[in-house]
Amino acid sequence: MNRLKLFLPLAVFGVLAVLFWRGLSLDPHAMPSARLEQPVPAFELRTIRDEEGRITPEVFLEHDYSLLNIWATWCAACRVEHPFFVELVEREGVPIYGINYKDDVAAAARWLEELHDPYVLSVVDQDGRLGLDLGVFGAPETYLIDGRGIIRHRHVGVVNWEIWERDFRPLIERIKEGG
Amino acid sequence: MVPEIGHFALVVALVFSFALMCLPLLGAQVNNQMLMATGRSLSAGFFVFVTVSFACLVYAFVADDFSVSYVAGHSNTLLPVYYKVSAVWGGHEGSLLLWVMMLAGWTLAIALLSGALPRDLQARVLAVMGFISVGFLLFILLTSNPFDRLLPMAPQEGGDLNPLLQDIGLILHPPILYMGYVGFSATFAFAIAALLTGRLDSAWARWCRPWANLAWGFLTVGIALGSWWAYYELGWGGWWFWDPVENASFLPWLVGTALIHSLAVTEKRGAFKSWTLLLAIFTFSLCLLGTFLVRSGVLTSVHAFANDPERGVFILMFLLVVVGGSLTLYALRAPVVKNHPGFSWLSRETLLLGNNILLMVIMATVLVGTLYPLIADALGWGKVSVGPPYFNMFFIPLMGVLCLLMALGPSSNWKKTNPMQLVKVLWRPWVISMVIGLLFPIFYAEGYSWLAALSVFVGSWIFTSLAADMLHRMRNAKNWREGLRKLSLSYHGMIVAHAGIGVTLIGVCLNSIYADLRDVGMHPGVAVQAGNYEFTMDSVYTVQGPNYIAEEALVVVTKDGEFLREMRPQKRRYLAGGKVMTQVALAPGLLRDLYLAMGEPLDDEGAWAMRVHLKPFVRWIWLGALMMAIGAAMAVADKRYRKRKTSKAQGPSSGTNQA
Repeated sequence: MNRLKLFLPLAVFGVLAVLFWRGLSLDPHAMPSARLEQPVPAFELRTIRDEEGRITPEVFLEHDYSLLNIWATWCAACRVEHPFFVELVEREGVPIYGINYKDDVAAAARWLEELHDPYVLSVVDQDGRLGLDLGVFGAPETYLIDGRGIIRHRHVGVVNWEIWERDFRPLIERIKEGG
Repeated sequence: MVPEIGHFALVVALVFSFALMCLPLLGAQVNNQMLMATGRSLSAGFFVFVTVSFACLVYAFVADDFSVSYVAGHSNTLLPVYYKVSAVWGGHEGSLLLWVMMLAGWTLAIALLSGALPRDLQARVLAVMGFISVGFLLFILLTSNPFDRLLPMAPQEGGDLNPLLQDIGLILHPPILYMGYVGFSATFAFAIAALLTGRLDSAWARWCRPWANLAWGFLTVGIALGSWWAYYELGWGGWWFWDPVENASFLPWLVGTALIHSLAVTEKRGAFKSWTLLLAIFTFSLCLLGTFLVRSGVLTSVHAFANDPERGVFILMFLLVVVGGSLTLYALRAPVVKNHPGFSWLSRETLLLGNNILLMVIMATVLVGTLYPLIADALGWGKVSVGPPYFNMFFIPLMGVLCLLMALGPSSNWKKTNPMQLVKVLWRPWVISMVIGLLFPIFYAEGYSWLAALSVFVGSWIFTSLAADMLHRMRNAKNWREGLRKLSLSYHGMIVAHAGIGVTLIGVCLNSIYADLRDVGMHPGVAVQAGNYEFTMDSVYTVQGPNYIAEEALVVVTKDGEFLREMRPQKRRYLAGGKVMTQVALAPGLLRDLYLAMGEPLDDEGAWAMRVHLKPFVRWIWLGALMMAIGAAMAVADKRYRKRKTSKAQGPSSGTNQA
């Protein structure tokens, strides 16, 4: 009988562990796909270079496909990712749009000047509204958008050649074939 | 090349720790002396290779090897070299390596200093340490390798260490905190070994106590450093925010505190045995939880788990094995007590039991408050945050009761205490502290604060009752000097640590009652009044640091019209990441701190928003923590824990040697 009492901590821990495990497997990993196969949420934002003009999601309709990349100067990983985009544009001419996320615009402009600007343009999402609509976890994130302005893929974290060949390339081929 | 050596050394260390996990344990089961003896050399090998690996990572940082992804993410050519070194533990991967490095150190220390332990017990303790190392090394190698390369395109420049971490407090805070965390792995190993051998006597408790005290002392200093850093670096003037990261380090402290007290009962009275084991398991489990959850980012958001399922699953499995495994072992092997060594309703045992229960209740409320937002988020109940009001509501009254009872403990006897004896020793301290408490608010400030009276009363009650107990124990000595010498070092340690609690308590309470916080607009040449002090901003100019540019304000402080000092708060912009940071100007003092932080420029004429704080007694908070740690160190140094027959192995750093 006394021995049974000693199982009590184990039992409590077991219950907690099951709860925790269930909780984490319920985790909204589904969230990344919440916007998948949906149009880019509506926005009307200025760009880093141009204070007056306003950009809307219609820009995505001009290309067969394009990338949408969330970046900021405070984001160390974005700095790591940056050279990849520069190279990607040079080699393959992929149109990349940037969302400058919750950042200091002047610092962002300096960054582009110093590190080279691979973006067609970067819209300024200062209060993070667009990021919220997209369901951004943090920077960097990259979206693949097809010619109809539909989000086809989302990548959280740094993109490099390996990820590009594995996750992006096949989808782009499919988009080009009209899929 | 060097990072590959580091990586390889880590793999070799894994082999060593795997052997350490198996061979001595096997030896202990089959009673093979030679296998048991392998523990010591395997620990040494494990230590050497982890050190090599750690040195390689330090080298990669100092040499700006940005082809290593971890270095590229956390360092920068502009960083001063000491921050490059401390950037090693600025992120998840490196801090885990630091953890293992310390684990290796503690393992080696146990191997070298525990010669007096029975062979089989020592072998089992080392095997448990080996088991923990295997878990951590696998975690690093499989999911968080700090030596991963960014090839073929290594960046020219690193992403910079978060400017918040570029600070002396944060150079020291993680290693010391980890010393505490890792230290409790030693008591955990002792507990598991005791369960395996079934030997749990007062000798076991005596071996265990110095390790527990040492770990507790480190943890105390680590937490205090973190709080001190938050105070002067974050620029909000707070020193404790009940944020999940802080709580993660505070939880093991609370249970650890219960553990060191419960160990005392186990050693002296042979009671609370199973309870002590359980506390040792809990403490270490919470240390693991703290380490993993803080650095993996799960505490701030469950999404961190989703983003990195590999790490998440590994962490959960490891926790499951460690906690579940040890609790199963506990359930099967913990001694079932048939006849308690009895004690009456008023005795030191009862009081320490009360201490343990209170601490566990406090721990449970903090744990619930910390994990609830996480669980709610995971179960889709929406985003919630549990703020300071919740924590304060439970923590303050419970802690108050604990402090009131704390005074009784040292003066009571084991087994049975005569209430009259307690009254005889303690009525004077009660009256004296009552008087001090009631008078203090009258003299300290305008407007009587009953809360201040209450907190000063409780604080003084702790001090005076300790003093009364000391006097009572020395009543037969010829003079006070001889009396002091007769009291053991661990008794002195207890006095210092308990007094430290009183000091921290007074600091916390008076600081929150009397603090004067104001956000003002400062115009050049116009004085701003706060309490007795006048602050006049002289000018704002630009300063160039090694890796930042700062706006610095020169503020002249006068007290009652007389010049006191100059203060120079800064607003820094770091060149690498472009991050903006406030650098607080502090005028520290035993009775009050002056605190200045720059906000934003208000207009073109040089006016700035400025945060001006008077913080009475804020230093007491950390002073008290330091006293607790010193008290713990004194208890560790008590020669009672060293065997009479001393041998060659002497621990210079710890003095905990049972050799």
